[in-house]
Amino acid sequence: MSEADMTTGTGVPSFAPVPTSATEAQVISRPSLSYWQDAWRRLKANRRALISLWIVVGLLLFTVFGPFVWRVDPDDQDLDQISKPLGPASAATVATAFEPWAGVYNTLGPLPDTSVAADRLLAPAELVAVGEATTQAVRLSWQPNRTARGASGWRVYRNLYDPAPDHALGLPVGEILNPAETGFEDRLDLEPRRYFYSVLPLDAWGAESSNYITLSVDVKRVITAEEAVVKGLADDALELAPGDSVELAFHPLGTDYLGRDMLARLMHGARVSLFIGIVASFVYVAFGILYGAAAGFAGGRVDQLLMRFADFVVALPFLLFMILFRILFGVESGDSGIAPMLVAMVLLSWPATARLVRGQILQIREEGYVGAARLLGARSVWLVMRHMIPNTMGVILVTLTFAVPSAIFTEAFLSFIGMGVAPPTPSWGSMCNEGLKTMLTTPHELIAPALFISITVLAFNLLGDGLRDALDARMRSTE
Amino acid sequence: MGRYILRRLVQGVITVWFIATATFFAMHNVPGDPLQSDKAVSAEIRANLEARYGLDKPLMEQYFIYLANMAQGDFGISFTQQNREVNDIIAEHFRISAALGILAIAFAALGGILWGALTALYRNRLPDIVIMLLVILGISVPGFVFAGLGQLGVVNLNAALGFTLFPVGGWGTVSHMIVPALVLGLGTMAFLTRLMRSSMLEIANADFLRTARAKGLPANRIFRKHQLRNAILPVVTVLGPSIAAITTGGFVVELVFAIPGLGRYFVQAVQQSDYTVIMGTTVFYGAFLVFMVIVVDIIYGFVDPRVRLE
Amino acid sequence: MRAGLLAEGVVGGTRAPLDRGALLQLLGLGLAGVVGLGALLAVLSLWTGSGAADGVDAATSTVTLALSEEPPQLDATRTTDQVSGRILGHVMEGLLRYDARNRLVPGVAEIWEIGETSASFRLRADAVWSNGEPVTAHDFIFAWQKALDPANASQYAFILYPLKNGEAINRGQLPPSALAARAEGDRTLVVELERPVPYFAKLLAFPTYFPINEAFYRSREGRYAADAEDLLYNGPFTIARWVHGASVRLEKNQRYWNADAIRLNAIDYAYITSDANASLNFYKDGKIAMTGLNSENLRDALQNRWNIRRFTDGSVFFMEFNYREGRLTRNWHLRRAMQLVNDPAELVYKVIKVPGNLPGASLFPVWLKGVRGYFRQEYPAPTTRVNEAEARRHLELAKEQLGLTEMPSLVMLTGDSDSANKQSEYYQNVFKRRLGLDIKIDRQIFKQRLAKMTSGEFDIVMAGWGPDYDDPMTFGDLFASWNENNRGRYANAELDAAVDTARSSMDPKVRMDAMAEVQRILHEDAVVLVNYERGSVYVANPQLKGVVRRAVGTDPDFTHAWIEAPGQPSDLAATEHPSAEAEGHAGG
Repeated sequence: MSEADMTTGTGVPSFAPVPTSATEAQVISRPSLSYWQDAWRRLKANRRALISLWIVVGLLLFTVFGPFVWRVDPDDQDLDQISKPLGPASAATVATAFEPWAGVYNTLGPLPDTSVAADRLLAPAELVAVGEATTQAVRLSWQPNRTARGASGWRVYRNLYDPAPDHALGLPVGEILNPAETGFEDRLDLEPRRYFYSVLPLDAWGAESSNYITLSVDVKRVITAEEAVVKGLADDALELAPGDSVELAFHPLGTDYLGRDMLARLMHGARVSLFIGIVASFVYVAFGILYGAAAGFAGGRVDQLLMRFADFVVALPFLLFMILFRILFGVESGDSGIAPMLVAMVLLSWPATARLVRGQILQIREEGYVGAARLLGARSVWLVMRHMIPNTMGVILVTLTFAVPSAIFTEAFLSFIGMGVAPPTPSWGSMCNEGLKTMLTTPHELIAPALFISITVLAFNLLGDGLRDALDARMRSTE
Repeated sequence: MGRYILRRLVQGVITVWFIATATFFAMHNVPGDPLQSDKAVSAEIRANLEARYGLDKPLMEQYFIYLANMAQGDFGISFTQQNREVNDIIAEHFRISAALGILAIAFAALGGILWGALTALYRNRLPDIVIMLLVILGISVPGFVFAGLGQLGVVNLNAALGFTLFPVGGWGTVSHMIVPALVLGLGTMAFLTRLMRSSMLEIANADFLRTARAKGLPANRIFRKHQLRNAILPVVTVLGPSIAAITTGGFVVELVFAIPGLGRYFVQAVQQSDYTVIMGTTVFYGAFLVFMVIVVDIIYGFVDPRVRLE
Repeated sequence: MRAGLLAEGVVGGTRAPLDRGALLQLLGLGLAGVVGLGALLAVLSLWTGSGAADGVDAATSTVTLALSEEPPQLDATRTTDQVSGRILGHVMEGLLRYDARNRLVPGVAEIWEIGETSASFRLRADAVWSNGEPVTAHDFIFAWQKALDPANASQYAFILYPLKNGEAINRGQLPPSALAARAEGDRTLVVELERPVPYFAKLLAFPTYFPINEAFYRSREGRYAADAEDLLYNGPFTIARWVHGASVRLEKNQRYWNADAIRLNAIDYAYITSDANASLNFYKDGKIAMTGLNSENLRDALQNRWNIRRFTDGSVFFMEFNYREGRLTRNWHLRRAMQLVNDPAELVYKVIKVPGNLPGASLFPVWLKGVRGYFRQEYPAPTTRVNEAEARRHLELAKEQLGLTEMPSLVMLTGDSDSANKQSEYYQNVFKRRLGLDIKIDRQIFKQRLAKMTSGEFDIVMAGWGPDYDDPMTFGDLFASWNENNRGRYANAELDAAVDTARSSMDPKVRMDAMAEVQRILHEDAVVLVNYERGSVYVANPQLKGVVRRAVGTDPDFTHAWIEAPGQPSDLAATEHPSAEAEGHAGG
C-alpha cells in the first residue's frame, strides 16, 4: 500500500496529528447563549406563553388583513337589519316602493263633550289592517263608536305580547288629535313578527278611555327592488318581481344600533384599540422605566427633583389636558383624534411606572451583586441596563400587561363622556360602551367587543407571565 | 426624620403651585368658556358678564388674582352651581368620594394581598389558575360595565329576596357604600393580586430566604416575616397613587349609583368649562395626591429596612 | 414549565407543612383584614345619615323621584335650565299659572287686565311668603329689575324685554329704576309695555317673572338661593331639605293660599343621576315613582308589562346651515340638494326608535296653537319628498355656481350626547350614500360646541330649540337677522318683515298668516332642515295619579298629583291612565 492507501478517502491521513488551535480548545461544546437567546429558548418552552404569542399574532393579522378578507364597509348602515343578532342571513320579499298614505277620514260623529269622563267613551269598532302589513308600514283603520259621546282623538298602542291578561297595551306608537281621522300608519322600527295593536279614544282633555280594541298583525319583511340593487343583493331591478324572495346581506356577528356590520367594525375598531393599547402602553411604560431607573439609580437631589416632577405630572387633570392636546395638535374636525389621545396618554401616564421602578431600583441598589459589579468597575449605564432593569422585569411586565387594557379602557372612557375617537371611527371601547346600553335586549353588541378585549388582555397577561419567567435574571441563575 | 418631612412638605407646596399654574393656563387655552349658554346673548351683555366674573382682565392679571385668592384658601364661586363656593363643594363632596375610595382601597388591598399570596403559594395549581382567570376577567372588563352589571345584580337580588338587601343607589347608610365600593375596587384588586403574586414569586428565590431556611428558621416565620413582608413592598408603592386614582376616578361609579361625590363635579366642570371648579378640584386633588405620595414614602421607610429616608 | 416547577420547589422546600401553615397564616391575616374592614365600615357609618323610602307612600302622601342633575340655579332671575325650572315651578308662583288642563289661571294675581301697551294686576290678599309676609306688587318689580340689571348678568333677561325700558336697562343704557312698572299700594301692579305683545299673558307664568322678597334677598348677602334656607317660597311647596348633589326634598307649603287643593305632602327627589339605566334600575327596585325610557330599554319595559306613556316635550331639532361669508352652505342649490335627501321619517322610525318623536316637517311643532285650532292643521307645512336624482342635479348646479369640480367635505358640528352621536353618524352616512357628499363630524362637549356655534366654526350644526312660551313666536323669530340665537347668521328681509308683523299685530289671523309666511320661507329657501320634534316615553307607578306633563311650563308638574292607596281594583294597570290628563296636549 502506498501512503495514499492509508487515507480514508477524504485525503486526510489516518493518523496524522490533529491540528491544535488555542481558540478551538476553549470552545465549549454547548452553544453560548446570550441573555436574549436564553430568554427566547425558555419562552418557547412555556406552552401557555407560546399560545398567547400566537393569539397576539393572530389579533394583529385580524387587524391588518381582516378588512381585506371581509370586505364590508364598517360605516355602511343596513337600516333594514338594525341590532340583528348573530346568525344566518334572513330573507325578504320584494315589494313595491313605499308610497305615502293619505290616511282614513271619517265623517265626524258626535262632537267631544268636555263634561264627559274619559271612561264613558266607548272603544272604536272594526279595527282592521289596511293592505299588507310589512316592515315598511302597518296601516290600521277603525270606526268610531257612533252610539257613544265623541272622542277628541285617538291613541294607538303596540305590544309584542298579548295585552289581554292585564291590559298592558305596550308602546304608545301613535296619537291622533283629530276625531275624524280614523286611520293610523305605523312605521316605527317594524320587525318581521307578530304585533298586537290597540286603539282607544281620548276625551276632550286628552285623557284616555279605558275601553280599547285590539288587533294582532303579522308583519312580513319586505325590500324594494331598488333597495335590493343598491345594497348589491340583486343585479337588476327589472329581474325582480314583487313577491320574489331576496336574501339580505349576511352579517356573521350581527349588526349594531345603526345596522352596521359588527365583524367589519371589530376589525376596524381593533386598529384603534390595539394601536392605542399597545403603542401608548409600551411607550409610556418604557419611558417610565428609564425615568424611574434614572431617579432610583442617581438618588439624592436628582432623585428628589425627578420624583417631584412625576408627582406634578400625576396630579394634572387628564381630561383637561386631553382637550388641550387636541387643540395643540390642531385636530381638524372630522379627524379621528387618535394622535392627541396617544400623546396625552403617554405624557400623563408614565409616572406610576416610574415610581414603581424607582422603588425597585432603590432596593436593588443595595444588593450585593450590584456592589460587586460596581467594584469591578462597571459603568452606571451598564449597571442599570444589565443588572437593575432585568431584575425589575417581573414588576415591569405586570405593569405592562395592565397598561394595555387600561389604555384601551381610557379610550373607552373618553368615548363614554364624548371625547373619544371621532365617529364613525369604531373602537372596541366605544363599541362596548354602546353595547352596554342594550345589554339586556341585544347582548351581542356588548359581548363581541368585550370578548375581543378579554382575549387581548388574556393573551398579553399569559405572554407577560411567560416573558417574566424567561427574562427574569434570577430564574436564569437557578438553571 | 422631622427635617425630611418638612422638606418634603415644602417641595409639595411647590409642586401644587406648578399644578395650579399649568392647569390655569391649559384651561384658558381651551376654547369655550363658562359664560357660553344655550341662549345666545348680545355683545354688550356678554361684556357685562365678563366684567362681573373678572374675565375681561388680561390673563396674567387673572392668574395673579387667582394665586392671591388661592393663597388665602379662597377658590371662588362656581359658574354652574352659581350660588355655591368652590370650597363648600369640595368640602361637601370630597368626604363622600373619600369614604367610598377608602373602602374600595381597603377592599382592594386586602383582597389583592391575600389572593396574590395564595396564588403564589399554589403556583400553577388549581387555586392559582382559578384566581388568575378571575383576575383577568377583572381587568378585561371596563369599569362602566362592572358598575352597570353590579347595579343590575342588586336589582335582581332584591327582587328575588323580596326586600332591599342593598340599595340600588344613592347615599346615606353604610349599606349604600358596599356595592359601589366593591365595584370601584375590583380593578385595583385585580391589579394588586397580580402584583403581589409576581412579587411573592420573585422573593421566593431571594438569597435571604435561602439563608433563613439554611439557618433552620421555622417555615411559618420565614413566610410571614421575610417572604410576605418583602413581597408587600411593591404593593405599598402603588397604593399611594391608587388611593388618589380611586378617590378621583370614581366618576362612573358615582354616576351609576347616584352618589354625590366630587368625581362627578369634576367631570361636569370640565364639560361645562366651569373655571373655578376645575381649578379648585385640580389644586385640591393635586395637594391630596402629593400628600399621599409623601405618606407612602414615609411608610416605605418603615416597611423596608433597606430604604432609609435621608 | 420547568421554571415554574423549580420555583415551586424553592417555595416548598418542605412543601406540605409550609402550605398548610402559610395558608393558616393567610387565613388569619384575612380574618384580621375583614375585622378591620368591618371597623372601617362602622367608622364610615358615623359619617352618613339614613336611608330612603319607596317610590310612592300612600300613608304619608310622599312621592320619591330622581333628578338628572343638581338644580344649578334656583335664583329665578338667573335660572336657565329645566331642572331648576321644575323645582321653581313647584315652590314659587308668578302672577299667573297653568292648571291641570294647561289653561292659564290666576296665580298671585286675582284679576288682571292686559291692554295693547299696558297691563294691570290685582294681587290676592292671601298670597304670602313662607315667612308669613304678604307677596306684594313691589316683590315683582324688585325681581324684574334684578333680572334686567346688567350687573346680575341674567341670561334670560330678554324675556322681560316686552316690559317698557326693559331692553335699555339690560344694555346698561338706563338704570333698573327706569323700568315702567309701578306698585299702587301693595296689591296693585301696573306695567307698561314696550309695544303690543299679543302673548304677554303667556309670559307671566315663566320663572323670570316670579317675585322675590327684597328684604330677604338683601339679608342673604349674595347667598340667595344657595341653600334651602336661603330662599323664601310662595308656591304650593317649599324646599324642606337640600343635600347638594344628593337630594332635594319638597314639602307642602301650609301657607300657600290654595293649600287645600294640594294633595301631596312631599315630593322627594332622593337621587341625582343622569344615567338612564341607573334611573330605570331605581324604578325597577320600586325606589322611584317615575322614569323615562329610551330606545334601548323599551323591550325590557314591554316584558315587564308596564304601562308606557308618551309625551311630546315641545322641542324641535334641526340642522342649521352657516350663512357667513365664504361658507359653501350659503349656496341655495347645495342646501336644496341636502333637503331633497333628508328623510326625517327614516331618522325617527329607524334610528331614534322612540314613540312620541315626530318626523320633522316644520320649525313650528304640531302642538302650537294657531288662530282657532292647531297652527299646523290650519297652515300645513310644505313637504319635500326624497328625490335623489333631483338632489344630485342641484348638487351639480351648486358646484357650477361655486366654480368647483369636486365638492369639499362639510363640517357638521354636534354635541357629545348619545343621541347626537347616533344622529350625526346617520346623517353622515345619508349624505354620503345619497349625494356622495362627505361630512366631517366635529363632536364637541357642551361649552366648546357653544363657543364654535357663536364664532361660526361650522358648515352645518345639529341644534335644537325648546319653547319659552306658548306662542308660535317662540320659534318664529329664531331666524330673524337680529336674533343672537340665529347661529348661522341667516338674513332675509322678507322673513324679518313677516316676524315683525307677527310680533306687533294683535290680530290672531294676521299674526298666524305671517308665521305661515315664515314657515314657507324656511322651507323654500332651505334655511334649516328639520329633523324631528322630540318626544319621550316614560313609566310611572300606577298608584301615582294626576301628574301633568307639558311642553311649556313646569314639567312634570306634581301640583295636582295624588297617591292612591294600593290594592284598589281601579288600579288595574290599563283601566286607568293616571297622568293622561292633558298629556301631549300643551295648552288647553
